Amino acid sequence: MTAMEIVGSLGIVGYGLGAIGPGIGVGLIFASVIQGTARQPEARGAMMGTAWIGFAVTEALAIIGIALAFVFGFTGQA
Amino acid sequence: MSSPVSLLPLEFEAPGVHSFDLPPIFESAPWFDKYMLQAVVSVILIMAFWLIMARKNALVPSKGQYIGETAYFFVRNTIARDMIGHDFRRYLPLLIALFSFILVNNIWGVFPFTLLPTAAHVGWPYGLALLVWVIFNGVGIAKHGFFGYLKHATLPSGVPVFMWPLIIPLEFVSNILVRPMTLSLRLFANMFAGHLLVLVFVLGGEYLLLHSESIINMVAGVVGLIFSMAIFGLEIFVQSLQAFIFTVLTAQYISSSLAEEH
Repeated sequence: MTAMEIVGSLGIVGYGLGAIGPGIGVGLIFASVIQGTARQPEARGAMMGTAWIGFAVTEALAIIGIALAFVFGFTGQA
Repeated sequence: MSSPVSLLPLEFEAPGVHSFDLPPIFESAPWFDKYMLQAVVSVILIMAFWLIMARKNALVPSKGQYIGETAYFFVRNTIARDMIGHDFRRYLPLLIALFSFILVNNIWGVFPFTLLPTAAHVGWPYGLALLVWVIFNGVGIAKHGFFGYLKHATLPSGVPVFMWPLIIPLEFVSNILVRPMTLSLRLFANMFAGHLLVLVFVLGGEYLLLHSESIINMVAGVVGLIFSMAIFGLEIFVQSLQAFIFTVLTAQYISSSLAEEH
C-alpha cells in the first residue's frame, strides 16, 4: 500500500488565497459607487468612469494570480 | 450506453500553457508565427483606418467619418486631456497608437478567423510596457533633469527627513520598477486567462459532447458549449476594458512625470 499522496497544483491554491484581496477590493470600489450614487445621483457618470479604472487595476492582481498559477503551478510534476 | 457518434474515445487533453505555443507559419522564418502575423495585419489595418480618417474632412460628417471622429475624440477628451492637462497634444499620437494597437490585437481573440489575442504571448505586453516605461521616464528626465526627476518621483513634498530612508526606496520601487511590471502583467494575464477560460469551455464541452459515454455528460457538453458564447461576450468586454486601462495608465504616468511641484 502506498502512502496517500496529495497531488495537484499548489499554484491554484495560491490563486485561491490571492483572490481574497482583490475580491474585497472590488467589493469596496463598487460599494462606494453605490453609496455615492445614492447620495448624489447626478455624479453617477464620473463615478462609474473612475470605478471601472479602479476595477481593472484591482482585478489585475487576481488575474495575474490565475495566469501565473498555470504557468508556474505545475513545476515539480511530471 | 455507448455514444451514438462513432468516434474513438480520446483522453481529454486539458488546455494549459502548451496551448499557446504555436508553430511558425513558414519553415524558413521561425520567428514568424501567428502572433506576429496578427500584429502585422493589425498595424496595416490601423494605419489604413487612421490615414483614411485624417483625409475625409466634410463639415457634416458621414457615418464612417462619425465613427472615426468618435474614436479620436474618445481618446483625446477622456484620456489625454483629462489626464495630462494642457500639454496633451504632444502625447496624443502615442496614446491613440497604443489604444488602437492594443484594442485591435485584443479583438483578434474573438474574431472568427484568428481566435487568439496577441497579448496572450507575453512578449507583446513586455514590449509595450517597455516603450511606456522609457517614455514616461524620459519625459520626466527631460523636464526635471535626471536627479530632479528622481527626487520628484521618489520624494513627495512635505516628508520629514527621518522618514526619507523608508520613503525613498519604497517610492522608487513602486514608481519606477513595479509600474512597467504591473502594466505588462495586467494585459498579459487578462488575455491569457480569458483565452484559457474560452479553451476550457470549448474543449471541455466538445469532449463531453462527442467523446463521452452517458447522456448526462453530453447535456453538460452542450451547456458548456452554449456557455462559451457568454464567455466570448465577457472576453469582448474585458479586452476593450484592458485596452482602455493600458492607455489611461500610460496617460496617468506621463501626467505624474510632468506634474509641477506644489
